[in-house]
Amino acid sequence: MALDELYKEVILDHYKSPRNKRELPNASSSCSRNNPLCGDEITVALRVDDDVVTEATFQGAGCSISQSSASMMTEAITGSTVQASLDLAASFRGMMAGEVEPDEATFGDLVALKGVVKYPIRIKCAVLAWDVLQEALQGDGAATGAQAH
Amino acid sequence: MAFDVEAIRRDFPILERTFNGHPLVYLDSAATSQKPVSVLEAEADFYRRHNANAHRGVYTLGEEATELFEGARATLASFLGAPSPSTIVCTRGTTESINLVAHGWGRKFLHAGDEVLLTEMEHHSNIVPWQFAATATGATLRYLPLTDDGLLDLSDLGSLLTERTKLLAVTGMSNALGTLPPLRELIDAAHAVGAVVLVDGAQLVPHHAVHVGDLDCDFLTFSGHKMLGPTASGGLYGRAELLDAMDPFLGGGEMIMEVFADRSTFKEPPLKFEAGTMNIAQQIGLAAAADYLSAIGMDEVRRHEEELTAYTIDGLLEMGARIIGPKDVSARGGEVSFWYHDIHPHDLATVLNEDGVAVRAGHHCAQLVMRRFGVPATTRASLAVYNTRGDVDALLDGLEKARAVFAV
Repeated sequence: MALDELYKEVILDHYKSPRNKRELPNASSSCSRNNPLCGDEITVALRVDDDVVTEATFQGAGCSISQSSASMMTEAITGSTVQASLDLAASFRGMMAGEVEPDEATFGDLVALKGVVKYPIRIKCAVLAWDVLQEALQGDGAATGAQAH
Repeated sequence: MAFDVEAIRRDFPILERTFNGHPLVYLDSAATSQKPVSVLEAEADFYRRHNANAHRGVYTLGEEATELFEGARATLASFLGAPSPSTIVCTRGTTESINLVAHGWGRKFLHAGDEVLLTEMEHHSNIVPWQFAATATGATLRYLPLTDDGLLDLSDLGSLLTERTKLLAVTGMSNALGTLPPLRELIDAAHAVGAVVLVDGAQLVPHHAVHVGDLDCDFLTFSGHKMLGPTASGGLYGRAELLDAMDPFLGGGEMIMEVFADRSTFKEPPLKFEAGTMNIAQQIGLAAAADYLSAIGMDEVRRHEEELTAYTIDGLLEMGARIIGPKDVSARGGEVSFWYHDIHPHDLATVLNEDGVAVRAGHHCAQLVMRRFGVPATTRASLAVYNTRGDVDALLDGLEKARAVFAV
């Protein structure tokens, strides 16, 4: 597989100009986790009002795959209900497992990450932010920013 | 025999493989080395012709297996300059060897108030077992810090290595930085305060002549799979009186003299530490690896790798890479960690893989090192006796390509 199928332009764009990469002082929940494979760490912070994710941000350092995935994720879930965000996380995992054929309507820019499936070791990079999102949404780490290492 | 890297390469069948049409450029020998045909054959020949359990069978086949297994121990003893084969305990590798010492020696001889001195460049396998031992005994761990060049900072040695220090555990060569600590100086200083010294030889033994008598270390651990041998082979050298005094590690068959309902007595070292059926075929393969390295000559191995390390570091620096670790090749080996134009190591490794270049990206089980240098991970190219300048050129070409992909 050619490298440009993995490192698509949209991935590099999100990597170099990450969206929503900042602190979220009024977060209603946040969570951090690291990827033991590479030491990358990602924090996801959410503002949830009336069951809708009104703001989603991330922080941390990592490879182009983990950073772009986090950046696209924050864009994709902003304005979604908690349930819709969890559903998208499940679909994203399905895409990474090669079980879900992504459609642009649901996935938007995230479709670009489909190429990662061909690089099994990098799948962990792509799902890292989604793992953190799920923990933040499901409340265990609500507001306290529980460190899940 | 004149050193001939092309002849050496022909002994390693895996180097004939190609990936995406590119020949394998294997630059991850610090993780595990490739194996020459003689090692593969020694292991297969044992299974084909001599397989039986060692130390048990009265029949001829069993005697052959025992003889080959004990012969492998003797080969390893002579490879390391150990005074007797009985000072070599067979293990699955360095991790098991260090755990064996931390358990058998550490839990018996460490007490509350004692100190174990480590360094910030240790592999996790030379940290975590000591944390276990410290928790069990109340001993305290202390660490020798590093300089910005990735050398040991010995300026506070006098306050860190004291009469409270019961053990110094130090790597012979850092897997993350390549650094060669001044072992003999450290060992002498430790002995002067009465401390025992363990050298983690996982990276040192495959790349340098090691003579435990000249080093004067008390324990030396090594991993077969990093020195051209099979996985799950390796060992521990221990000074005879220390092995005698230590408690066993794993309990089970073959390590006992007599078993009663409530207690047991144990064999003499090294069998005291070898419970259950051992890694017989692997140790025989490892002995073949030691023979292979001896035939080349460890000084020749080191000379070749030192020259190639210099070539690698020069090439990387010329391309603007940041080397994490010493740049002076006389103070280091061929484990070259670097950052290149802020491209994350995982991305670099993926781009390099496209051209058949295998490097390691990660924290290399040395998170203290990563924290010390403020990086989450590094890209590491590690060299072995079968690598060439062509391999290094392929690495450097791959870096150019990565720079184009990420437009940096």
